[in-house]
Amino acid sequence: MLLQIKNLHVSIQGKEIIKGINLTINEGEVHAIMGPNGTGKSTLASVIAGKEDYEVTEGEIIYKGMNLLEMPVEQRAREGIFLSFQYPVEIPGVSMANFMRTAINDIRKYKGLEPISASDFLARMEEKKELVDIHSKLTNRSVNVGFSGGEKKKNEIFQMAMLEPIFAILDETDSGLDIDALRVVAHGVNKLRRPDNAFLVITHYQRLLDYIVPDFVHIMFDGRIVKSGRKELAIELEEKGYEWIKRELKLN
Amino acid sequence: MNVISQRLNDAAFWIEKAKQEAGIITTGDSPGMAALRKTALAKLPEQPVPGTYLEAYRYTDLEKYFDTSWQYNIQPSEMPVNVESFFACEVYGLDTWLITMYNGWYTYKNAPLRILPNGTIIGSLSRAMREAPEIVDAWIGNAANLNDYFAALNAAFASDGFFIYVPDGVHLEKPIQMVNVVNHASPLFMQTRHLIIVGKGSSVKLVHCDDSHNHTAGFTNSVTEVFIGRDSQVEYYKMQNINDDSVILNKTFINQQGGSSLNTYGICLHGGLIRNEIYNQLLQPHAEANHYGLFLMDKKQQSDNIVSVTHAASDCQSNQLYKGILDDYARGVFNGHIHVKPDAQRTAAYQSNRNILLTDKAVINTKPFLEIYADDVKCSHGATVGQLDADALFYLRARGIDISNARLLLMYAFAADVLNHISIPTLHDRLDDLVKKRLRGELSICDQCVLHCKTPEKPIDFEIDMSKI
Repeated sequence: MLLQIKNLHVSIQGKEIIKGINLTINEGEVHAIMGPNGTGKSTLASVIAGKEDYEVTEGEIIYKGMNLLEMPVEQRAREGIFLSFQYPVEIPGVSMANFMRTAINDIRKYKGLEPISASDFLARMEEKKELVDIHSKLTNRSVNVGFSGGEKKKNEIFQMAMLEPIFAILDETDSGLDIDALRVVAHGVNKLRRPDNAFLVITHYQRLLDYIVPDFVHIMFDGRIVKSGRKELAIELEEKGYEWIKRELKLN
Repeated sequence: MNVISQRLNDAAFWIEKAKQEAGIITTGDSPGMAALRKTALAKLPEQPVPGTYLEAYRYTDLEKYFDTSWQYNIQPSEMPVNVESFFACEVYGLDTWLITMYNGWYTYKNAPLRILPNGTIIGSLSRAMREAPEIVDAWIGNAANLNDYFAALNAAFASDGFFIYVPDGVHLEKPIQMVNVVNHASPLFMQTRHLIIVGKGSSVKLVHCDDSHNHTAGFTNSVTEVFIGRDSQVEYYKMQNINDDSVILNKTFINQQGGSSLNTYGICLHGGLIRNEIYNQLLQPHAEANHYGLFLMDKKQQSDNIVSVTHAASDCQSNQLYKGILDDYARGVFNGHIHVKPDAQRTAAYQSNRNILLTDKAVINTKPFLEIYADDVKCSHGATVGQLDADALFYLRARGIDISNARLLLMYAFAADVLNHISIPTLHDRLDDLVKKRLRGELSICDQCVLHCKTPEKPIDFEIDMSKI
């Protein structure tokens, strides 16, 4: 068991967004969370990553046997948690190379390892750029500045590849991507799948799940997971629409 | 002859001194300088003593410096025998024409003016008044005004400083580096006056450093006049890193003729109170001026930045970009003034001041001031005061970057926006290095100056390696 969310309740400015979520994710698994806008999917992603604007009012998250909610955001990252941002942040003046090298070295320092050598770092950059089909010289480009929507999402996957996380959350990585970029992103993710890591894919559409095939699909609605199933659930949802979920909920 | 004064703010005291010591003060004066002194002495009593009751000094409290007992040398004091060692090292790889001042006086007072084969003259103002009085008198006092207590005091007393004359059509490859070092056992008041004249169709890069060499207080009251001829290009770099008890009041008056271009850079990394005032007149059409400033202050340090650009002719362009990072109790002031005169049509003038306050005790007072009397102009101004971008901090930390490193990365990026305009690569790299050190809190007094005297200079690793931060 890699990650276990138990009865999680989350509020922002007094308003409850997540109203009791239970979810267990094991190594080697890909979970997908689907659901309409405003149901708390991105909030869940942010809370796992460690954004401080949210208040956890109840419940806990156990990650690798540790109490995740007590860890500062950078420690979570160093323990292998990665969030692919829905809206990657532009940081003028900070080059991609400095950004990644600082991140890798801070993670290495945490693990008691020596800083990465310049040549190893550059080799890794080149290798991972290839993986997500980035051809431009990243070295001197400021983080996400002047990147197109698709490039920003590819850049998230690039960073994921560079940092090799244990538990990665893709928060609507498919939104705004054309089909070619979507394939590239999915290819990148699939290449990074290993028996010892896991993914949580948040998406509106089943389309992405054609490429990143999930082991489990959860439907989130109004702050709760209302239905879980295998990958077929995503197809069913795509066919019947969210109205189907609403009707089912009313019946219950 | 030395004067001990606890009365920097006492005009009567100084007027009396000027009378008593007239023989010494005016002995080397050119006729123009002598006339300027007379006017200045007449004007001095009319000038209100700077204090927070004046709009121009509203956020600048000089009282505690007025209470200090300062030594003032009316003539050059003895130089230590090994004075050269203070100036021995330069920025690695930066090849310059170096001229130096020590405790407010030209280091080699008896050295004649240096005349380069292309006719450029480099040396001290005191020598220039003797050897080239016709040049000095044609320019001195033409750009500077005396409508300020310290401006008048400077003109009344100052008799030394840097003198640079670049004739028409001369392109100097090597920058000229001017270094002022203060290294005195007791608190020292200094008044320096620099005169820089650039002819028509010439170009020159000037690098001007103010440094303390120990922890004793210094108070420098400096006036610089720069004249830029038609179609000339000037870059003027000013780096000021002085100790926490020292003050620099620095007024720079720059007059530009048509088609000329000017870039100024004020990089202020350390100092008790550093007040830079730039008064820039664009006198003929198609002149261009860019003023860049970066100040990184902490503890109780203060940086004042007064930039006044007057568009007196049409079709000129000016730009001000000042950025500040203030930590602890540090204070900053930005007064940016753009004055567009009635005939200055098709003016383009921009101004931007951005500040980061790292604590809630740090203070910035920023005041954009646009005076526009022409109707066909493009002007803009913007001022921001803020903290580091919370979203960017989270993004960096979410990749495993330590919060202190994340802050450094963001602060460095903020500062680099100004540094990236520096066109001398070696200087850029050195300043880049200093800014990083400053942000890491590693900048000590002995390596804060670009001379880097006490430690043997070693090649700087030009690769940006933020990972070590």
